Amino acid sequence: MSVLVYINSINGLSKSAFEVVTYASKIGGEISVVTNGDLTSDELQKLGQYGANKVMIDRSVKTNDTEQITNVVANAAKTVNATTVVFSHDLISKAVSPKLSVRLKAGLVSGAIEVPNGNTIRVNVFSGKAIGHVTVKTSTKIISLLPNSIQPEVTGSDCSVEDFDGQAGDAKIKVIDTKKPEGEIPLPEAELVVSAGRGLKGPENWGMVEDLATELGAATACSRPVADIGWRPHHEHVGQTGVAIRPNLYIAAGISGAIQHLAGVNGSKVIVVINTDAEAPFFKAADYGIIGDAFEVLPRLTEAIKKFKASN
Amino acid sequence: MKILVCISKSPDTTSKIAFTDSNTKFDENGVQYIVNPYDEWYALVRALELKEANGGSVTIITVGTANDDSVIRKALAIGADEAIRIDTEPTDAYYTAMQIANYANSNGFDLVLTGKETINYNGSQVGGMIAEAMSLPFISLASRLDVNGTTLTLETEITGGLQVIEAQLPLVVSCAKGMAEQRIPNMRGIMAARTKPLTVIAPTENEVFTSFESYTMPEAKSACKMISPENMDELVSLLHNEAKVI
Repeated sequence: MSVLVYINSINGLSKSAFEVVTYASKIGGEISVVTNGDLTSDELQKLGQYGANKVMIDRSVKTNDTEQITNVVANAAKTVNATTVVFSHDLISKAVSPKLSVRLKAGLVSGAIEVPNGNTIRVNVFSGKAIGHVTVKTSTKIISLLPNSIQPEVTGSDCSVEDFDGQAGDAKIKVIDTKKPEGEIPLPEAELVVSAGRGLKGPENWGMVEDLATELGAATACSRPVADIGWRPHHEHVGQTGVAIRPNLYIAAGISGAIQHLAGVNGSKVIVVINTDAEAPFFKAADYGIIGDAFEVLPRLTEAIKKFKASN
Repeated sequence: MKILVCISKSPDTTSKIAFTDSNTKFDENGVQYIVNPYDEWYALVRALELKEANGGSVTIITVGTANDDSVIRKALAIGADEAIRIDTEPTDAYYTAMQIANYANSNGFDLVLTGKETINYNGSQVGGMIAEAMSLPFISLASRLDVNGTTLTLETEITGGLQVIEAQLPLVVSCAKGMAEQRIPNMRGIMAARTKPLTVIAPTENEVFTSFESYTMPEAKSACKMISPENMDELVSLLHNEAKVI
């Protein structure tokens, strides 16, 4: 059995990279990683610690050109005779894995949350409100693993890194500009998230949300109405029609918890809800609830975190 | 410009999610179907805006049975010119995408738009599969799309940010939040939709790669533990010692 893992390393190795290699090693067999960009071999060899047997890097593709990445992964899959190809279910995978599925005639399972049981794989469906059991009918399968579904495990030592010519072909896109919010933690990858809604009454009150997020090392998020009226940028909107997240901790202040909002956050391991309304539906989905005014509770929580950090 | 917009039905966002037949089928009892929000709010509305600005036509396509005609009429009411329904169950993403790609290949579209994913299966698969089957590039999760001749300028999400890119028509694009604003159909649109062409065509033979065998519900949350708003030290202690998340 040969498992190929695609990793996007353009911004370095993230936790999701270690998750997918760990996932592949749990499937078993020979584990090869293919990536692109210009990360050093010293960095990439670390993937061996999570179970990779070798890393192949195509240094000619330095952008997120998903057409070129599809070519590279397809050629890598042929080179190692992959029976399973694994992605992290991120923005690159959503473009590359369906193209690869057609090209390799390999069934694609998106949003997997567990290691396959034979040919059956469990996936999140209905925005996390249910779990589907999917079987793959093709001999080769492609699995796109939902981030934060399994914990990375160090089991081995560094592996070899080799240059790989994936015959990427011509670029199909021309990158004009990239906008990366400085110093912010990308929401889909964040392990801790502090989020707020209309209960905050206005964008000028977000300072206390940001203070708590900074103290925790968390990303900030918001509800849909808040993004729609322009208090916060659209990329912070979590929910059914915004970003779906699965952090370890989700703190929601002044958000009632409409079903559409819950659909985007119900994969969170622990949910803390702060709301003045004891009847807010969000409390039914919460692990810890505080009936109180966010304007008082958030600064108090920030102070408590400070104190906790000072004593630990 | 000839634009094809791929439409899927999805349960209304407030639907209760339950399963029947020993948890092998989605329980449609009492479920209201809508046009999948990403397909409608972003892909279809942006297509209509492009047509209004540059001329051309907007065709919607769906893979489904006659039960889906009411959902198709809703999309027509918003302003699409005509609808195509490929008369078969959309068994899996590959089967569905091949049906649409076969139609699109023989009808010469400049631009094919999809929503970023359906809100029921969340696969984000069909758009990329259509693109590959048509030998076209695929731009996923675009939050802006402008046309200048045959050049498209797009803003797409990348990990932790956005990128602005240029690409050439023909192309397949999946649409995400930010691209357009939801349109509510008016009475004239609803009346006009009744007489717009809805062409039903037979499916082609295609493989199925995957199948949903059964469903389970996620484990129920234990009851919410209430904490006094005065006592944030207790919350921090619980998050550290009990939940072990900080």
